[in-house]
Amino acid sequence: MTELPTQREIDAAIARLSALPGGFHPHRDYGPYRSSVLRHPEQALAVVRDPEAVELSGPVFGVTDVTALDSDLTRGGPGEPQGQRITVTGVVTDRSGKPVRGQLVEVWQANAAGRYAHQVDQHPAPLDPYFTGFGRCLTDDDGRYAFTTIRPGAYPWRNHDNAWRPAHIHFSLFGTAFTQRMVTQMYFPGDPLFPYDPILQAVTDQSARERLVATYDHDLSVPEWSLGYRWDIVLDGPSATLFEDEDL
Amino acid sequence: MDLPPTPAQTIGPFFGYALPFTRGAEIVSRDAEGAITVHGRVLDGADQPIPDALVEIWQTDAEGARSTAVGTIRRDPVTDAVLGRDGTAFTGFARIPTDADGHWAVHTVPPGPHHPGATPYLAVAVFARGLLHHLYTRIYLPEHSSLLSADPALAALSDRLSTLVATRETDRRYRFDIRLQGPGETVFFEFR
Ligand SMILES: [Fe+3]
Repeated sequence: MTELPTQREIDAAIARLSALPGGFHPHRDYGPYRSSVLRHPEQALAVVRDPEAVELSGPVFGVTDVTALDSDLTRGGPGEPQGQRITVTGVVTDRSGKPVRGQLVEVWQANAAGRYAHQVDQHPAPLDPYFTGFGRCLTDDDGRYAFTTIRPGAYPWRNHDNAWRPAHIHFSLFGTAFTQRMVTQMYFPGDPLFPYDPILQAVTDQSARERLVATYDHDLSVPEWSLGYRWDIVLDGPSATLFEDEDL
Repeated sequence: MDLPPTPAQTIGPFFGYALPFTRGAEIVSRDAEGAITVHGRVLDGADQPIPDALVEIWQTDAEGARSTAVGTIRRDPVTDAVLGRDGTAFTGFARIPTDADGHWAVHTVPPGPHHPGATPYLAVAVFARGLLHHLYTRIYLPEHSSLLSADPALAALSDRLSTLVATRETDRRYRFDIRLQGPGETVFFEFR
């Protein structure tokens, strides 16, 4: 077995890189997340400013692509999954604040014990036959999505010695354009693992990092049933909504 | 109003039971008339295959139209099983996880020009464990490549332009490798 870096070494690297200029997104080249080292481009991205680019439109999803049960990750079996039942909801907008309507939102996550329903996940924590671990829904006319799930557990990984991912839910989102495509992770407020996690810390601007953290919202909690979290999502990238409207 | 965007994060290693869907690689049925296959590997900076990448394709139809059809991941309302595309609507979208050898393949039709005189292409988004923010590239077919150097946005790429052109293997099969880093690194785009 190869020797893993220590948490102390990773912490030092995170501290050193925290001086990098911020920005809205994580740095693709972020050494403390070791898998990024060989998986980021070294050439500058080529800038495209073409109002007719194919990427300014994107795939469309609709009622045939989802069913009503898909947004409830706790309905996968004949019983209730282990863990704290939660609801997660928010609105998806573009950067001008315009809601993204009728688009596909997909989520996946570990169970309450921190184990994914994926055969590659070797974390020796129990699987939960009553928890599917993935869901999908369409945003409504206000751009709102909502999921019922359980609060995921933190889980270990082999980035470095004693590495633990803070609890998170993976999100995949579509805007009105392929340029607005987004895959990200939602975190839970106040998680003590934040400072140790190179994937979250790869976003070196603190206010940008905070945009990845949901808010506990007592008004969203349902008596005798579930705790509520709110997480609004703003998609980056241009679109050609006007151009598309002319096309229709 | 210009809201700050939500940051991207890596897709991680465990998307495989959540995102891929039945016939996700078939924008058209693989035995449809005029179907082509575009395939290749996703490679890292050490020239090693990436087995946990996800490749997404968005393209025009053969006439150059951008689809607004739904039903790419059509589901059965009773059982919730994935039915997949109904085989009639062209939705223009594919999602393909790489296999253990970093290989992916899409079955589709050659895209048409999205406006008169445009050079057609397949738009590509690449996600992977280790990739903190996804990347965009384009696949141009070799029969259209003579037009590319005339495109002012692409001319500046000079010798790297060839990384965006698929290689014809047979009449209906093209090869396109995606190199995230190193010699022959694929050109990736940023849209403004
Ligand atoms: Fe995860």
